[in-house]
Amino acid sequence: MSNWGRRLRLGTGVVAITFLVTVPFLLLAGVNPFAAYAQFLFDPLTSRFGLLEVGVASIPLLFTGAAVALAFRAGYWNIGAEGQLLLGAVAAAGIGARMEGMAAPMALLLTIGGGALAGAVWALLPALLRVRFHIDEVVTTLLLNPVALLLVEGLLNGPWRDPVTRFPESPRIATGAEMPVIVSGSRLHLGFLLGLVIIVAAGFVLSRTRAGLELRAVGLSPEAARFAGINVARTLVVAALISGAIAGLGGAGEVTGIQYRLTGGLSAGFGYTGIVVATLGGLRMGGVALVALLLGDLTVGASSAGRALGIPSQAGDIVQAAVLLVTVAVVAVNRYGLRRRRPATVGAEP
Amino acid sequence: MSFLAELIGATLRNATPLLYGTIGETYSERAGILNLGIEGTMYAGAFFGFAAAATTGSRSMGLLAAIVVGLAAGALMGLLTVTIGTNQHVAGIGTTLGLIGISEYFNRLVFGSGEGLRRIEPYPPWEPFGPDNLFSQYGLTYVGFLAIAPLAWWVLGRTHFGLNVRAVGENPEAADAAGINVARTRYAALMIGGALMAVGGAYFTLAALGSFTLDIIVGRGWVCIALVIFGRWRVWRGVAGALLFAAVYALQLRLRILSEFEAIPFELLLALPYLVVIAALVVSGRNVAYPGAYLKPYRRD
Repeated sequence: MSNWGRRLRLGTGVVAITFLVTVPFLLLAGVNPFAAYAQFLFDPLTSRFGLLEVGVASIPLLFTGAAVALAFRAGYWNIGAEGQLLLGAVAAAGIGARMEGMAAPMALLLTIGGGALAGAVWALLPALLRVRFHIDEVVTTLLLNPVALLLVEGLLNGPWRDPVTRFPESPRIATGAEMPVIVSGSRLHLGFLLGLVIIVAAGFVLSRTRAGLELRAVGLSPEAARFAGINVARTLVVAALISGAIAGLGGAGEVTGIQYRLTGGLSAGFGYTGIVVATLGGLRMGGVALVALLLGDLTVGASSAGRALGIPSQAGDIVQAAVLLVTVAVVAVNRYGLRRRRPATVGAEP
Repeated sequence: MSFLAELIGATLRNATPLLYGTIGETYSERAGILNLGIEGTMYAGAFFGFAAAATTGSRSMGLLAAIVVGLAAGALMGLLTVTIGTNQHVAGIGTTLGLIGISEYFNRLVFGSGEGLRRIEPYPPWEPFGPDNLFSQYGLTYVGFLAIAPLAWWVLGRTHFGLNVRAVGENPEAADAAGINVARTRYAALMIGGALMAVGGAYFTLAALGSFTLDIIVGRGWVCIALVIFGRWRVWRGVAGALLFAAVYALQLRLRILSEFEAIPFELLLALPYLVVIAALVVSGRNVAYPGAYLKPYRRD
């Protein structure tokens, strides 16, 4: 199949170029680039613990990747998954700490439900401003990210600060509100399966339902969708709210499955990485799941490279950004050449 | 010093990085490119400015390093969005993530894991009328308001080059037909813009703080993007927006020390200017006319 041959060629090109552009950084740190990449990509896969940690690292990315991909498919540039995730975490920490005495599945459901709701609420204002006043959601969703971060810090340094240790950590959530671990002796929790379920459900809705068709139509051409009788404004707001809710679930998952409380370093930029996941996944849910696992692998690999080779674990962030930019560049060059051919229709190209 | 004079002085200080960033973004967007790389460019300007100043012992070398980093960041955006024609949102976010990653990587490599321990002697303020009055401001503030802003306005509105920038941002086909090199003009606007953004970031490390911390920019790049829309792509209106954000910022700094506000964590007051910018967009950013070729890559027939 020539399509697969073409993809293989492009994929090889992306890997080779990404490697070349990141080599100088690794050389400056005095490490062998091949050894570094072996650590980044393969080391986590060589042990049971490593494999399970890859799953753990991929959990927030499953959520934020799905959230961003869904919004982008509607042509709604939600770049605020980071803030929505943080609000989900805030709500989950607040609710979870008050679930003492509540039966286990109910306490967890209320806690993550609150997280999803908070994420949706945080996504509502930019969506309304977009459909009411045509205010670019890129700007408003971005601006709400630092606001969410400051809210987290304000809560941790203020009312939620531990009164005894004075650590900036919220009270521990009730045990009934914790995500159960699904593989004993590991940190891999139910959030992993929940993320996969969300991805499968979102994929089904997008490709098999009327609502999904309308959402994609709005993303491809709002004008054509309007002519076809689709309520564009409502579709955009609903897409934004679901996107926010999924991102909020991601935050709630980190609180109920990993940290058991709100902490300052809860998110390592998961919302922004979600944009990388969604784009590299081609805005398709199967792609999102695959890329979330790959970047989970890279995250675990980069921190183990930090210990084994003594290079800063931020090398993983550099590789991640490089692979994103190289991929979109290679795809665009493959599709259009270099500023030579006719302009393509501008739309929801990933 | 009176309360009002202090407030105005603090407003000018806090507006300075936003002035550079907003003018830089205005140039990019007037050429038709949304540069979401601004947050990372300011961050890299802050870090590499600091690192160069700390290792060479010269603040001028720091400023120069920031400018070089900003030019390179603008050129990278040009390669992605002009030469290759990728989606501008993704190119910008990727550039920001990459530049923040690179900065933090080198921060660990050069200064070790002890964050914020290294300090440089920052630029002293200029004090033409002696200390403790609102004219006691950093050189970068004077240069920004008295040289960069008027110059940027004049170049964009009154020169051949500025006309070209606006032409390639409004209608690249017509500009091309008129013999303007669209790609070269867009690269130039992006690189000038990138240099200004990076200087805005370097203002924090080289003048205001004298040190580098990982949360040094906290969304100020995103604020600049909003201010460009608020200012409807005009240099002076963007500067006015920067002053508005900075005034609210300075006000919340004052509020913090009042006893009535003691119970409120200062972070919540810090969030206030961001919310004011969103409110300002609701007032002044509705249904605005974007540059005609905004977000559209130009490919010749």
